[in-house]
Amino acid sequence: MIGGVATDVIETGKGPPLLFLHGGEGPLAPSDRYLRELGKHFHVIAPWHPGFGPCDIPADFRNVDDIAYFYLDLAGHYDLREAVLCGAAFGGWIAAEIAIRNTQRFKRLVLVDAFGIKVSDRETRDIADVFAMPAAEIISTTYLTPKIAERDTTKLTEAELAEIVRSRDALCYYGWQPYMHNPQLKRWLGRVDIPTLVLWGAEDRIVKPDYGRAYAAAIPDAKFALIAQSGHHPHIEQPDAFARAVTAFAGGV
Amino acid sequence: MRAWFFSESAYPDAWDKDPVSLRITLPSSHIDRDVAADLLNRHLDEWAMCDDLGLDIMLNEHHSTATCLTSSCTLPLAILARETKKSRLLVLGIPIANRTDPVRVGEEMSYIDLVSRGRVEMGFVKGIPYEIAAANSQPVRMMDRFWEAHDLILKAMSTRDGPFNWEGRYFNYRQVNTWPRPYQEPHPRVWITSGSPSTGIEVARRQHNVATVLSQLNAKNLYHAYRLETARMGLADPGTDRFGYLALVGVGDTQEEGERFVKQVKGYLETTGIVAEPFTNPPGYASQAANVQALKKGQTSGGVGAHFQVTMKNGRQISQATASVAELVDAGVCFAGTPDQVVAQIKTFNDYVGGCGNLLVMLQGGTLNHKDTVKNLTLFSREVLPRIQKLQATATPAMDEIETARRQAAKGNLAAAK
Repeated sequence: MIGGVATDVIETGKGPPLLFLHGGEGPLAPSDRYLRELGKHFHVIAPWHPGFGPCDIPADFRNVDDIAYFYLDLAGHYDLREAVLCGAAFGGWIAAEIAIRNTQRFKRLVLVDAFGIKVSDRETRDIADVFAMPAAEIISTTYLTPKIAERDTTKLTEAELAEIVRSRDALCYYGWQPYMHNPQLKRWLGRVDIPTLVLWGAEDRIVKPDYGRAYAAAIPDAKFALIAQSGHHPHIEQPDAFARAVTAFAGGV
Repeated sequence: MRAWFFSESAYPDAWDKDPVSLRITLPSSHIDRDVAADLLNRHLDEWAMCDDLGLDIMLNEHHSTATCLTSSCTLPLAILARETKKSRLLVLGIPIANRTDPVRVGEEMSYIDLVSRGRVEMGFVKGIPYEIAAANSQPVRMMDRFWEAHDLILKAMSTRDGPFNWEGRYFNYRQVNTWPRPYQEPHPRVWITSGSPSTGIEVARRQHNVATVLSQLNAKNLYHAYRLETARMGLADPGTDRFGYLALVGVGDTQEEGERFVKQVKGYLETTGIVAEPFTNPPGYASQAANVQALKKGQTSGGVGAHFQVTMKNGRQISQATASVAELVDAGVCFAGTPDQVVAQIKTFNDYVGGCGNLLVMLQGGTLNHKDTVKNLTLFSREVLPRIQKLQATATPAMDEIETARRQAAKGNLAAAK
């Protein structure tokens, strides 16, 4: 429990702190190899977002603002100093919301195929509508190599299945409308006062690289870089290249 | 028993346009405007006939679909409030978790209740999962929003010393003051549909009418849950007029004709579930437990739970879309045949569920044309209705449990009084 919110945190590795904020499926799915790669250079703190995985959505949480404030509490709880704040997809949106509020405990921001802003005109959807896609199409659109995400749900325990269901519900709860973004976020990205790396899967079909370029353009000290041979989750599909890019930008041991 | 005529007001001409989805994604270019104009007017005419036939009227709504052209049940309700003088007018219903402005719902219902001089019956529904995408409505915690909307609508309609303030979790208003007030005091009777006993208990706590559709087994369990909860509250056994049930009905001069009518009405069952996969199970719509069970069975897509499945009296599960008329009659989904046969089937149903005061009769559906619909309506109202009107509550084995609960509640009240 941190600040009255039930939470579950995965920690691994040694070195300067890195707070990793996961995308839709949670920090461990479909693979946790990227955490081990980051763990070679950082003390990685990878929480489940409130409502995803093992814990229900807190009764008094309404939106991504609440998650951002929760993580500022968590950063205080861990007494993070000079930490790297890294978020992927939905977690990238949260990381950006944190960074416009308070960067006191962070020295670098890494956004990975992040949601959160509105770029195109009102009739052009920036982020693919996963709630209007068949389950198989979500996977084939998310990954360049969809085999990575194949799983046999009949082999999982009820607790593991409940984690899948909670995560799906929570992603919907926080991201249903406006769809996966905060219309005001881009307005405040100028407040991000730490060096930022916007990393993008070169083949991302959920949210295209140009969206990442627009994200980087709205942050004062931001670089944009592609990770080749990757779809929407480069940390899953190219864990080595991902860890190299983060380490090159943010240090680590 | 009262009978309420219902049609889904479908657009069958487009049913062959997309085998994957007749909802959400089917473009409206498949509507011929003249065909649709004729259809809507024809259905309004058929509902208006109910006034002379002694039938009541039930309306519903669905969105973005060739299975139902009524995109707001409030609209035909308003029209029929003027076109009829006697029929009771039930909307079943308004998807209040998907309406953005509950106060406006209260205003519209109050207006129509006045125009009809108190004939409105006001149904609130959760709505099927496919309504979520069309309404762009948040499915997670939608029942919390449903009950807040319910509380606000009833307060808005029944408050006579307004305005009042409402700053809730989902809705915010500062000056709620409904003009005009409704005709019925304090507001029209509320109905709520439910497929599960757990919602039945919620409805019983509020002593509203409860209705279910197309499964006499569900109806039996639902009415029992309602009665049991009512007994636990220490209240008298509710009359059967609290309970509603929707079935497909075909009445002909011969068994063959009645079955032919119902087979055409059954086009509804054959098409209503044709919807693209992602819209069948929005996150949070079904319970976590139901979703876990589906995944455990290896089902990673499509709807969860027993949609469009129904249980026959021998316990066998059948698909409503593919079952025969005889199987559907056994399961209480259809009543079909001559007037004598239909009366007998409805009596069997009434005995099975322990008594049901409101039969919602789908006498039009699918491709059943106007002439046959008029015959179906006329035969039902002249030959069937007079013989089922006197059907009463019947004793069921579960009545003992209800009486025990009532005695315990009475004892508890006595102890509390001391």
